Amino acid sequence: MNAIVRYFAGIFKGLKTLATGMKVTGYYFSHARKEIITQQYPENRDTLQMFERFRGIVTMPHDENNEHRCTGCSACEVACPNGSIEILWQRLEDPETGKKKKTIDKFVYHYSMCTLCNLCILACPTDAIKMDQTFEYAVYDRKELTFILNKPGSKVRADVKE
Amino acid sequence: MFAINLYDFSGTVNSIHQWLNARLTPGWATAAEWAIIGISLILFVAISVIILVYVERKVAAFFQLRIGPNRVGKWGLLQTIADFLKLLMKEHITSKNADKFLFNLAPFIMVTAVFLGLGAIPFAKGLQIFDINIGLFYIAAASSVGVFGILLGGWAGNNKYSLIGALRSGAQVVSYELSIMLSLLTMVVFTGSLQLSQIIASQQDGWWIFKGHLPAWIAFIIFMIAGTAETNRGPFDLAEAESELTAGFHTEYSGIKFAMFFLAEYVSLFIIAAVGATVFFGGWMPFHIDDWAAFNRIMDYIPPIVWFFGKVAMLIGIIMWFKWTFPRLRIDQLLVLEWKYLLPLNLMNLILVSFIVLMGWYF
Amino acid sequence: MELVKQQRDTASDLKTQEYFVNMGPQHPSTHGVLRLVLGLDGEIITKVEPHIGYIHRSIEKMCEHDNYRQIVHLTDRMDYLSAHINNEAVCLAVENALEIEVPERARVIRTIFAELTRLASHQLWWGVMGMDLGALTAFLYGFRDREMINDIFEETCGARLTMNYNVPGGVMFDLHPNFHKRVKEFIAHFKTKLPEYDDLLSNNVIFRQRTEGVGILSKEDAISYGVTGPTARASGVSCDVRKLHPYSAYDRVDFKEILMEEGDSFARYKARVLEMWESLSIVEQLIDNIPEGDFQAPTKAVIKLPKGEYYQRVETARGELGVYIVSDGGKSPYRLKFRSPGFSNLFVLEKLAVGSKIADLVAIMSTIDIVVPDIDR
Repeated sequence: MNAIVRYFAGIFKGLKTLATGMKVTGYYFSHARKEIITQQYPENRDTLQMFERFRGIVTMPHDENNEHRCTGCSACEVACPNGSIEILWQRLEDPETGKKKKTIDKFVYHYSMCTLCNLCILACPTDAIKMDQTFEYAVYDRKELTFILNKPGSKVRADVKE
Repeated sequence: MFAINLYDFSGTVNSIHQWLNARLTPGWATAAEWAIIGISLILFVAISVIILVYVERKVAAFFQLRIGPNRVGKWGLLQTIADFLKLLMKEHITSKNADKFLFNLAPFIMVTAVFLGLGAIPFAKGLQIFDINIGLFYIAAASSVGVFGILLGGWAGNNKYSLIGALRSGAQVVSYELSIMLSLLTMVVFTGSLQLSQIIASQQDGWWIFKGHLPAWIAFIIFMIAGTAETNRGPFDLAEAESELTAGFHTEYSGIKFAMFFLAEYVSLFIIAAVGATVFFGGWMPFHIDDWAAFNRIMDYIPPIVWFFGKVAMLIGIIMWFKWTFPRLRIDQLLVLEWKYLLPLNLMNLILVSFIVLMGWYF
Repeated sequence: MELVKQQRDTASDLKTQEYFVNMGPQHPSTHGVLRLVLGLDGEIITKVEPHIGYIHRSIEKMCEHDNYRQIVHLTDRMDYLSAHINNEAVCLAVENALEIEVPERARVIRTIFAELTRLASHQLWWGVMGMDLGALTAFLYGFRDREMINDIFEETCGARLTMNYNVPGGVMFDLHPNFHKRVKEFIAHFKTKLPEYDDLLSNNVIFRQRTEGVGILSKEDAISYGVTGPTARASGVSCDVRKLHPYSAYDRVDFKEILMEEGDSFARYKARVLEMWESLSIVEQLIDNIPEGDFQAPTKAVIKLPKGEYYQRVETARGELGVYIVSDGGKSPYRLKFRSPGFSNLFVLEKLAVGSKIADLVAIMSTIDIVVPDIDR
């Protein structure tokens, strides 16, 4: 007799647990309008706001005089774990003093190798580089992911000391 | 020319019959009728599967807090058509050591089986391809032929995953066939006939789910469980078991042959829901409450075909709800559920119903 | 009677053949590129042989060429679901070697982040566990809740998964002003959602049957195989590093070490679900008590560890992660070895799965909760 009771009790308990599960999913189904969390990405591009600290890509800000803050000290190059940063520098003659001065020629940044670990930004003594919040960098060729961060003809800002 | 009466299709059908007979010899007229039936059936299947796949994806999405298809067409309505075109254009891949004949045969067996099953479904008053006196039995027999397709497909693909899937499916369908038949048999004791038109006619004054009270409910629950298992849908999708057997019996299929398995799955889902709607919910019979004449008249305004598809949609919705809630059973648990729970309960229920009918304790 | 005997004889004449199935490296439930060679007799598993190494990236060797600051970001890529805890392990090892006193604030921040990471990892695991057993909807619910934690991470450290938030000496940035608000929102939200997890899976009769009594790991086996984390605690092995060897701020919070006796798949499942409650309570205790002060101790520009050997262990979401550094006094380690929890946990699979069915193997794999990059490194 006990076995029979247990048999039926088992069936009812089982059905009850199934019903509780269906209640949960049923709630989300009937409240789908409120509960749906999917964001429709390319459509919401205009309103999409990334967090200010989001690490998208390394950039070098330039001011209106086409001047940046990079002295070419190579601290970031040393700090980078993946060799994504290459600094090609040159000695240019200063027109005023006539002395030769070391400046950057090209700040080469290989985005394809970068892990966005933020170590270069921490290493930079002059705050010349920073992380940008853009992230759409899908391209057909890996070569297109090599950027030269300093703009052509740009100079170091005068107030930046090494 | 053929006035379509939404409330009774027999007039329309008869006028087509007479029109064809007046113009053709009787043999050709029959052939033409067959052709019309065949084409309309294919069209019906194509359209209903496209709708069902879309609905399934949307329903799944809403259960899962997603939006679901929304890129092709308004609300993604054309998504299934796009997918179907993609499947049509895909390459047919047959693995090197596959049994080529059986491999190509299997999807056709699946599709044929479900088409046979559709033959006896009464869609509305007078809208039924053939109304034989063992209609219910016939549908069960025809739709269970589909398991051959699964078994052959799983065997012929020369893939161990598909073989395991096929064998699981064999064990599953053979066992659950029993329950589904017994639960329908329980209802047949009420209706007193296997003929689907008779079954519907017996529900003129109320659906069996209400008239048969408790035993009918038990039979209905068992029918829903067994029906879900019969169509190889979650939580009984052991033959596919995506996380265990990659894709189960159709692992090796691609392109249109895969689409045929897909189509068969959804049509058999429709058949199960249609049988359930017919036996338990009165098929195309409108909902009536005994002495509310005004209410009954309003209900009568809704065409029977809407009633039928509404009930089918409700049952399909419940089966989808199962699929998107429960984890999958294991093969031995599946068989335990059938032989230790559903079958004894069914037999007890059958005795109970026989007793109730003998004593006349139903409405 | 004669007929029965005859039939039995025929049956014994029939030969069945054991066959092999390659499960993986591409398979939906191997959680990455793990390859299992299964010997099967019908559906019964007679042999399980994990073949690993498909995603080996020689992180340990790479560490020998990187300096101590750079090593940290590589550990993100081992057990990517406990990225923060992996970072913390390396940083703690370096700090202990240099005897740097980490500021209180940094320690509390690290603990909060570690617990949030553990929660995120368990949420993902819960979803994937549901998916492996066929409840696809659970997967999306797990991911919904994890999204909130990812947003918290993204706002404070700029990345969602490979955060690299630790630096030797503390953490990289101070907390974002919104941090408190978001964490509190998350706690309130998740406290209502955790019971739903129970409704959907834990109490479900099908789920119970799929997991109860499946893949029983005895206490002795757990110890001899070196199993750690919730997998071992479900077998009754007390091995919570947070409790036994407290680091960061674990010595000042009040939490239970979840211990189960059964050792089956359901116990492992339950241990993780209960751990989510514990993690929530740890975060709750700390979130209002973050001390003011520096978030980073000053360190030299070039970190050189004194000659010697250093070992640090932490509790990741999967078990005990050990970092063993041999230093020759240079700016990068002479040899660095990670004792990853996934590796030891995986190889107990053979013990658990033999004799059960393929479907059970999937359940067992889920409850062991492996992350393949953690095994291969």
